[in-house]
Amino acid sequence: MSEWIMTALMITGGAFLLLAAIGIIRMPDLYSRIQAATKAATLGVGCIILALAIHFVDLGITVRALLVIAFLFLTQPVAAHMIGRAAYFVGVPLWENTIMDELRGRYDASTHALESPGSRIFFEGQDDNNDLGKSKDS
Amino acid sequence: MILTLGDFGPLTLLINFIYALLGIALFLALARLVRGPSLPDRVVALDLIAALTVGIICTYAIGTNQQVFLDVAIVLALIAFLGTVAFAQYVERRAHDE
Repeated sequence: MSEWIMTALMITGGAFLLLAAIGIIRMPDLYSRIQAATKAATLGVGCIILALAIHFVDLGITVRALLVIAFLFLTQPVAAHMIGRAAYFVGVPLWENTIMDELRGRYDASTHALESPGSRIFFEGQDDNNDLGKSKDS
Repeated sequence: MILTLGDFGPLTLLINFIYALLGIALFLALARLVRGPSLPDRVVALDLIAALTVGIICTYAIGTNQQVFLDVAIVLALIAFLGTVAFAQYVERRAHDE
């Protein structure tokens, strides 16, 4: 029984890692590459480490495996966010068919501060509809 | 040790199949690392290569029945995260200085 679970987890993990690699080679721009690589790779490595924990029936190994999985699930999104944020500041172009860039014009390049959409609505008072229209155009 | 011909147990077959999948994935990530038009592209490819290496190490640990390789995977995951964060800082600072 546990062999079958391990086999299924190994194949799932390998398939997800392969999908991450295909995503990183086929996606059109950096940001979609980041999301393809990060999420699929996290799930794939998590599955393989879980298979390892099932293969070695050992409390110490299981605890360490769960520790690695928790660590990966905590750090991979942080790393992806940091590199994506840095790339946006540097000016890495978006895909030409991108429909919407909600961050355009809202980052202050010198201070690296983000202007929140809520503050803009708050300061401009009653012109809520007008403001929404502007943010869509800009 | 794994690739001995003649030993075709189901576990060996599974391990070799996973090796094949991860090898193809490594090759694709390496292609993005070489081609990537911008520096962050290469950093993302390096991050993926580190994740793939963690997967390969765990597969090797299962194939050889050596538990210690899990510790190697832990250290590699830690260092890969630190490397990506450092690269992100570097990318941002380099644009700031210019």
